[in-house]
Amino acid sequence: MSQPVLSLSGVSKAFPGVRALSKVSLDLFPGEVTALIGENGAGKSTVVKILTGIHMPDEGEIRINGKPVLFATPHDAANAGVTAIHQETVLFDELSVAENIYLGHAPRTRFGLVDWTAMNRDAAALLLSIGASLDPQARLRDLGIASKHLVAIARAMSIDARVVIMDEPTAALSAKEIGELYALIETLKARGKAILFISHKFDEIFRIADRYTVFRDGEHVASGLIDEVTPGRLVQLMVGRSVDQLFPKRVRNPGDAVLTVAGYSHPTEFEDINFSLRRGEILGFYGLVGAGRSEVMQALFGLTQPSRGAVNLAGRVAAIRSPADAIDLGIVYVPEDRGKQGVILGLPIVHNVSLPSLNVTSRAGFLRMAEEFKLARAYTARLDLRAAALDQDVGTLSGGNQQKVVIAKWLATKPKVIILDEPTKGIDIGSKAAVHEFMAELASEGLAVLMVSSEIPEIIGMSDRVIVMRDGRIATEFANDGLTPEMLVSAAAGIGVDKAAA
Amino acid sequence: MSDASSTPQPRHIPDTLGTRWGRRLRSWETLLIAVLIAVFTINALSSPYFLNAWNLSDATFNFTEKAMIAFAMAMLVIAGEIDLSVAAIIALASTAMGHAATLGFGTPALVAVGLLTGLACGAFNGLLVARFNLPSIVATIGTMSLFRGISFIVLGDKAYTEYPDSFAFFGQGYVWWVISFELVLFAVLALLFWVLLHRTSFGRAVYAVGNNPTAALFSGIRVARVKFMLFLLTGLTSGIAAVCLTARLGSTRPSIAFGWELEIVTMVVLGGVNILGGSGSIGGVVLAAIIMGLVTFGFGLMNVPGIVMSIFIGLLLIAVIGIPRLVSPQSRRVE
Repeated sequence: MSQPVLSLSGVSKAFPGVRALSKVSLDLFPGEVTALIGENGAGKSTVVKILTGIHMPDEGEIRINGKPVLFATPHDAANAGVTAIHQETVLFDELSVAENIYLGHAPRTRFGLVDWTAMNRDAAALLLSIGASLDPQARLRDLGIASKHLVAIARAMSIDARVVIMDEPTAALSAKEIGELYALIETLKARGKAILFISHKFDEIFRIADRYTVFRDGEHVASGLIDEVTPGRLVQLMVGRSVDQLFPKRVRNPGDAVLTVAGYSHPTEFEDINFSLRRGEILGFYGLVGAGRSEVMQALFGLTQPSRGAVNLAGRVAAIRSPADAIDLGIVYVPEDRGKQGVILGLPIVHNVSLPSLNVTSRAGFLRMAEEFKLARAYTARLDLRAAALDQDVGTLSGGNQQKVVIAKWLATKPKVIILDEPTKGIDIGSKAAVHEFMAELASEGLAVLMVSSEIPEIIGMSDRVIVMRDGRIATEFANDGLTPEMLVSAAAGIGVDKAAA
Repeated sequence: MSDASSTPQPRHIPDTLGTRWGRRLRSWETLLIAVLIAVFTINALSSPYFLNAWNLSDATFNFTEKAMIAFAMAMLVIAGEIDLSVAAIIALASTAMGHAATLGFGTPALVAVGLLTGLACGAFNGLLVARFNLPSIVATIGTMSLFRGISFIVLGDKAYTEYPDSFAFFGQGYVWWVISFELVLFAVLALLFWVLLHRTSFGRAVYAVGNNPTAALFSGIRVARVKFMLFLLTGLTSGIAAVCLTARLGSTRPSIAFGWELEIVTMVVLGGVNILGGSGSIGGVVLAAIIMGLVTFGFGLMNVPGIVMSIFIGLLLIAVIGIPRLVSPQSRRVE
């Protein structure tokens, strides 16, 4: 059996109020891909940050080829041959491909100046060796995310990295690009690199990984060879409980129409949208990325102005010119980009929750802090938020818990219509189930729910009706009765429909 | 096939983790209080004239007018914007008052002219930033030249000096013993701005906008309106400062309050306001204002030239921002 090139043992790390890692171990072997699996908040990102020298462990040991090392700075980690490729890879948009690859170790001329000829030549050779057809002199910002990954990998090769960490590398890639990435990972394996592969997608893990390690709540749960485990077993290890019932059963009895949209159009994004939504109903919006679903929702929330059409809320014509208007009318929106649009990072949980309800918690414009805590406590408790304290910075929470804060914030405004845009994107299985259960509960209490989702199981599992959008228009509407994934996909892609029309 | 672990119970989440006192002890304000005590002690030891009620009272004029603007500026910076035209607003407001005085306006009318000029300038800045989405640093550098330029055109190398006697009270009057009108106004404004920033929904909106304007908009905050209001406030406080300064000097020249915008921004940053927006407090700005005033006064007593004072203020700024980062290794880490 080969020696691990990098191994962590007994590593712990605590942040104020949160124990992120507790005596975890992790071994990475040369020429093998190890998948690190766990729910959000399990400690995966903390491990990455420790391996790349961003955080120092409180206790425990990192060994490279059996020798203990100390990563005090990101520089130390890079020197030890550990490199990371993130979702949003840390590269420099304004520099060229070659400069990004050789930043910090550029070839020099006799006079100590950067040898541009050599650098561009070497970069081209390196890119060729990994099968990337990129111009070394292209500006990085002109490249797509897949090409940026390639640059990051080329950089890893150029510093002769021994360990390559890939944190959700396929998150923004197309199917074709993912295939190319797999091929590249094979190349890296053949060269004896140890790869740590972090992903939520099980098909990827079983496709590319040799080994797995599972973390749960900051603890090491299991490790082994991927051939000796099943997806079901991994899920069980991750969540510590079985998840055979994915979607909550609920009684469906929609009430009167609460929201009616007629002839809704936008100059560039969508055209002639008509639908109505009833109390207690979950209406799913499915479609390909760019079909205009989010744009319709953002217009309903007052973020953009439609050019034509009418919105009717509870029998009255609604004039929505800003999110503040929408909230006053009882329409709230849980955005897709949680970190930028949902929560306000840097503000405590309690202020995030109370922000749209300040007119209720304050009196004549003056804050009443006790009321804010009361409100925040009531709604975060309903969502089973996991946090150390209500005045904790919301940025210290995991993605799933941040989403709970966003939902709590809106429920506190007692809305009539809640719009959820990709409500469970990028959050762990446990929080996902909690959000789904909660949606069902809200609907049964009479709230009308609009749910934009690209996850077919979620659409089928949660919706009463489904509207499929294509190219800014409503393609089809389905009652959720015997609805199959194939029906949704062909409606979204326009397969069969166009032929029939032609 | 379920594991032994039971379904998690909803947990009780406490309001806060640390104690209030523990948090206060580590705060920026505590550091500023220590600096203030140090400055006070050094001044008292190095000059026999320092510990004199009337001298100390005179010293307050070093900061009162600037601090009035600094309160509004602090809120604007917390919201992620800046107003570099404040000193130019003083010049324009002072010029407007001077012109009104030559037309025979009485004291109340002069004050109204000063305040309204300030408000109008603030509204103009606010319009550029909140309505036309110009970056505030560029927009207010532009209006800085514009406002002071108008003042220069009107006055040239002349000066307005014909102010009514009763007008002088705003800059030279005393409310009780050594307590000047300006000092009282400073205290009142400090209190008002403290309430506005820390105790009202408007103040909360300011923090939300400064930390993340997009998420604030998505949470129903009328972001443009908040920014516009803040520019009105810096305009209004500049108008107030213009009344006080003009009354104190008894004259208006176009170079009045020249370079004050940088001192005011320094005051705000020294007070612990994050120049990138999102955090800061009025208490910190009050302390920073007093520190800067006492340092200037102490140097004045020791006959130190003005340029050395600005060198010292610069070093102080760097030191106060740098020391906490050097002391605590945590904050040096890459986030």
